[in-house]
Amino acid sequence: MTEPIIKFDKVVKKYGTHVVLDELDFDVKPGEKVTIIGPSGSGKSTVLRILMTLEEISSGVIHVDGEPLWHEERNGTLKPASEAHLKKMRAKLGMVFQQFNLFPHMSVMRNITEAPINVLKLPKAEARDRAEQLLKMVGLTEHAHKFPSQLSGGQQQRVGIARALAMRPKIMLFDEPTSALDPELVGEVLNVIGSLAAEHDLTMLLVTHEMRFAREVSDRICFFDRGKVKEQGTPEQIFSNPKEARTREFLKAVLEG
Amino acid sequence: MEWSEYLKPLSQGAWITIQLTVYSTIVGAICSFAFGIGKLSTNWAIKGFSIAYIEIFRGTSLLVQLFWLYFALPIAGDAIGIDLRLPPVAAGVLALGLNIGAYGAEVVRGAIQSVRYSQYEAAKALNFSPRQALWRIALPQAIPEMMPAFGNLAVQNLKDTALASLISLGDLAFVAERIRNFTQDSTTVYTMILFMYFGMALVIAGLMHLLERAVGRWRRVGH
Repeated sequence: MTEPIIKFDKVVKKYGTHVVLDELDFDVKPGEKVTIIGPSGSGKSTVLRILMTLEEISSGVIHVDGEPLWHEERNGTLKPASEAHLKKMRAKLGMVFQQFNLFPHMSVMRNITEAPINVLKLPKAEARDRAEQLLKMVGLTEHAHKFPSQLSGGQQQRVGIARALAMRPKIMLFDEPTSALDPELVGEVLNVIGSLAAEHDLTMLLVTHEMRFAREVSDRICFFDRGKVKEQGTPEQIFSNPKEARTREFLKAVLEG
Repeated sequence: MEWSEYLKPLSQGAWITIQLTVYSTIVGAICSFAFGIGKLSTNWAIKGFSIAYIEIFRGTSLLVQLFWLYFALPIAGDAIGIDLRLPPVAAGVLALGLNIGAYGAEVVRGAIQSVRYSQYEAAKALNFSPRQALWRIALPQAIPEMMPAFGNLAVQNLKDTALASLISLGDLAFVAERIRNFTQDSTTVYTMILFMYFGMALVIAGLMHLLERAVGRWRRVGH
């Protein structure tokens, strides 16, 4: 058995008295493509946001790539992580946002190269070469000089994917990447994510409502309900033969809606 | 005396007014950014100092600040044995700049806070440090937001320079007052400086407009 690259251990996330993640145990293997589905408020986006260190956890331990994410080991005990540790851990992860969150004052090219140049300290020429390759991959070579406001939503999200990949993360987090898009633009973004899913080494964690797509690209589907993994299995198991009544209910609502 | 004879002394005064305006606007801009960003600092000392500066200079009259720097500060300095006498120009530039900077700091703070939180999240996900996120992501988006308010403040500052005539600075208002005392020709003199201030205000408005276009170029594409 390979060690999991992501491991949630009894992770609790609360906002005041509202429990979002309820002693969540959840593992992802290296290179695995996992899709999280579930009703809104089930904590699926929170899992991604916690991994990207955008939200803190209330209790529990998360390991990413063999190291605790929100903690540091000092004198054999786990202490809250320092900013330096979080910075090191963040480098392993990349995130694609529902609302794209591109930098509106930068060209497409600069959106992609800004972090590699200023965070990874890559030489400019190297960062640009890499950005050009990524733009080719997402089919936006012609748009490098444009500003985000000149692009369609689908194009913006593809830039968002290229921007995250430019940092060479081991793990890519997709937080409802097509939910903000007009229906006719969903396909182009899913195509790009689908082609990434073919990459062997990349670990992918995807939150989406695109069930057909999830079925095609995922190794495993996790159904979240009330801050826990209610049911998980291969796409075949979950979509064709869900065991839990709650899963069946959800899938029925989503697939018929 | 003919009105055209007033032109030469008035333009000399106008030149002082222009210099006062330019220098104090520069001082004001520096204060605006330093203390506007300072007010958002997580360091309580920097934050506290910034808030104190803003409240003191917004909460007291410019005239009093001017008199204090020019008349009271040297006496206070005397008492502790330091020479704090300021030349009128320095006192004028400092008082005007510090005053306008206090208003500008609130503009800077507000504009930075208007940058969407999701921009900071994107910056964090790309591992930018908080400092990099401020300088590379937030400020470039906030600066175009600041420009209309900055334009107002710059024009306000121009008009405030007239107060500097009260510490015997030979600016436009000072010269006008002298000519009026000499000739009793109030209507002509005041009408002339009215137009001169107005002309200078138009130039400032035009310059600020150009600046606004320059820093906000990205906001106009694709719409």
